[in-house]
Amino acid sequence: MRAIPLSYVLRNLWVRRVTTILTAGGMALVVFVFATVLMMSEGINETMVATGQPDNVLILRKGAGAEINSAITRSQASNLDAMPGIATDNQGRRLLSREVAVLNNLPKRETLEMANVTLRGTSDVGLAIRPQVKLVEGRMFRPGTSEIVAGRAVARGFANMSLGHTITMAGREWTVVGIFDAERSGFDSEIWGDVDQVMQAFRRAVYASIVFKLASIEAFNGIRQAIADDPQLQLDAKLEARFYAEQSEGMTKFIKLLGLSLSVIFSIGAIVGAMITMFAAVASRIGEIGTLRALGFRREAVLLAFLGESLGLAMVGGIVGLMAASLMQTVNISTLNYQTFAEMAFRFKFTWNVAVQTMSFSLLMGFLGGFVPAWRAGQLSIIECLRQA
Amino acid sequence: MFLFKLLLKNAFRHKLRTMLTMVGLIVAISAFGLLRTVVDAWYAGADGTSNTRLITRSAIAVGSPLPLYYADRIKKVDGVTGVTWVNWFGGIYIDRRNFFARFAVDGNSYFAMYPEYILSEEEKSAFMADRQGAIVGRKLAQRFGWKVGDTIPLSGTVYPGNWNFNIRGIYHAADARTDESLMMMHWSLLAESVRKRLGNAMASQVGIYMVNIKDPGRASAISQEIDALFRNSVAETRTETEKAFQLGIVSMSEAILMAVRAVSFVVILIIMAVMANTMTMTARERLAEYATLKALGFSPAFVVKLLFGESLMIAAIGGAIGIAATFPLALGFLHQTNDIFKVFEVSQTTMIYQGIAALVVGLISAAWPAWKMSNIDIVQGLRHVA
Repeated sequence: MRAIPLSYVLRNLWVRRVTTILTAGGMALVVFVFATVLMMSEGINETMVATGQPDNVLILRKGAGAEINSAITRSQASNLDAMPGIATDNQGRRLLSREVAVLNNLPKRETLEMANVTLRGTSDVGLAIRPQVKLVEGRMFRPGTSEIVAGRAVARGFANMSLGHTITMAGREWTVVGIFDAERSGFDSEIWGDVDQVMQAFRRAVYASIVFKLASIEAFNGIRQAIADDPQLQLDAKLEARFYAEQSEGMTKFIKLLGLSLSVIFSIGAIVGAMITMFAAVASRIGEIGTLRALGFRREAVLLAFLGESLGLAMVGGIVGLMAASLMQTVNISTLNYQTFAEMAFRFKFTWNVAVQTMSFSLLMGFLGGFVPAWRAGQLSIIECLRQA
Repeated sequence: MFLFKLLLKNAFRHKLRTMLTMVGLIVAISAFGLLRTVVDAWYAGADGTSNTRLITRSAIAVGSPLPLYYADRIKKVDGVTGVTWVNWFGGIYIDRRNFFARFAVDGNSYFAMYPEYILSEEEKSAFMADRQGAIVGRKLAQRFGWKVGDTIPLSGTVYPGNWNFNIRGIYHAADARTDESLMMMHWSLLAESVRKRLGNAMASQVGIYMVNIKDPGRASAISQEIDALFRNSVAETRTETEKAFQLGIVSMSEAILMAVRAVSFVVILIIMAVMANTMTMTARERLAEYATLKALGFSPAFVVKLLFGESLMIAAIGGAIGIAATFPLALGFLHQTNDIFKVFEVSQTTMIYQGIAALVVGLISAAWPAWKMSNIDIVQGLRHVA
């Protein structure tokens, strides 16, 4: 079968520029919404995946599900300390960190509105087992003092969180002595301080979680079983990576569901737009269609040419929308994660996956909008066409 | 009247195109309305509040524990007529997805302060008599098919262990703004379990206090007085009106709400592009007609009137159907989301905005073709016929 040359298709789009721009523009807007939603959930995913280390284990009280609900007594913690399978550093120290996480209502830098920030009581071991966390300004807090270090997103988003400033939490003054970068992980949205000081200030008698590094990842199942089997402990063990992935599950699902259903609803508008344009294109070119057919092009070739025109529209819309969406990469947002009840900062992340899915979505809109008119063009009889022309 | 008839005839000359444009408009206008309603629903919690109630919570963060003895001290503040407290129970009912608010209350003082939760005397005393009793809202009971006497198993998150609660009463709301999807159990039961595990000090802790005041005009003064009582103490407090408290919670999700708002305008832009396209095509096709009209002596303003009139007519019909379609859409959405929104009503403001949006779409769509057509050269236009 001889196909109608692509240049015919493209030149038709060019001839009716205003219509092409308006139709593709509508599609570009839908594509923009679609792509931003995907980028948002990729961003949250990136944040949460980066938070957990694959060979760290996080222990919480049985059934607690989140650090803010959990409680681990000192005696439980000591029992865990003695467990086999925990990695040691080059000084023979066990890489196990007893931690506490408390929420603090602090004012945002720009709006002064209050938002919850997690203050993590930890130790230098806590820093050592999370290699993604690096100090970029100042120094680490000294044990036994009211010094804190703030994650990058906290330093950026909250009032008085700059190096050297003092903030009040739980009636105590804390000095920001360092800013750390956690490679866009959830820790970027946290403040870290000395675990004993935090517990004292917040009157906590119990730890919230215990995090340790495994000597080898294979040991995990054995350790989990040992912890589950000990009726004294009543604790849950989870791989840190898995735990943080679960913490953002609700939020990713919510955003994806909301965003994708919106995109589908919006796409009806864009599909209708493409349909209108293509019906008009067919109607105004009946004579041309007859001529093409008389020249020997078959029905399928005509159908493909018109479908190609519609897909061309979708392609233009898709590319423009995607380009606009990729500009969103510079935007950082921060919002409440309902599962942890704390602020979480993330960005819009552009990936190849997003690009492929978005372009497919755009082309699908073009196909749905263009198929009926194109099919109709293919069905027209030569004589009718030429008579009308 | 003649002009109106002409507009109507013109608008439906190309039936398929006009119908498609209208479908797009209906979808866009109703989606716009639905999105605005979703945002409104988020803020609805703040509307159902009473101005004679204050919330006292820990200055650290909502839910950080406060000692139980604060209740007596707050009660003594001048102008305070009642104090009650609640603790967030959390927990999971069978699956995490079955989310609803569950909290532990001090029965007598709580229901005295919240008369909008209507409960019969028998139900109230049955609840008070059963340590494991629970009260649930009408909507919540409907959602899971619960009846009085049913036992509800919950696995604890904040309070560890497996819990069973017996439904002793189902409350209904005094008005549409009141939440009918809460579950309340006895605070004393939880306190007892904490005492067994962690001792006395941990047991007498409270999540938030609710304070009833006589004169709403003194809300701010009383708030300050309460906070002053506990300044520099073990647990400082922050007291605000119930409304301010609710708005504070809502503002934590502001980024999401802003995004939804922004997106609701995107859909209007999309339909604007579609509609403008329709009008441009219409104008292009009728080039010769407009030239003829002008040749017959009609002014350019008449051509402009024709185009704007037609565009506005399509927008008005599409917009009206779109507004009407918002209501069943909102109802369907509410059911789909398991009634997580306690109040979900399409407000009058939303309808007005929808109307304005349709009008603006109609006007802007016609602007470019109208300008172009009023400027056509008669000779050029007539030549187009051939």
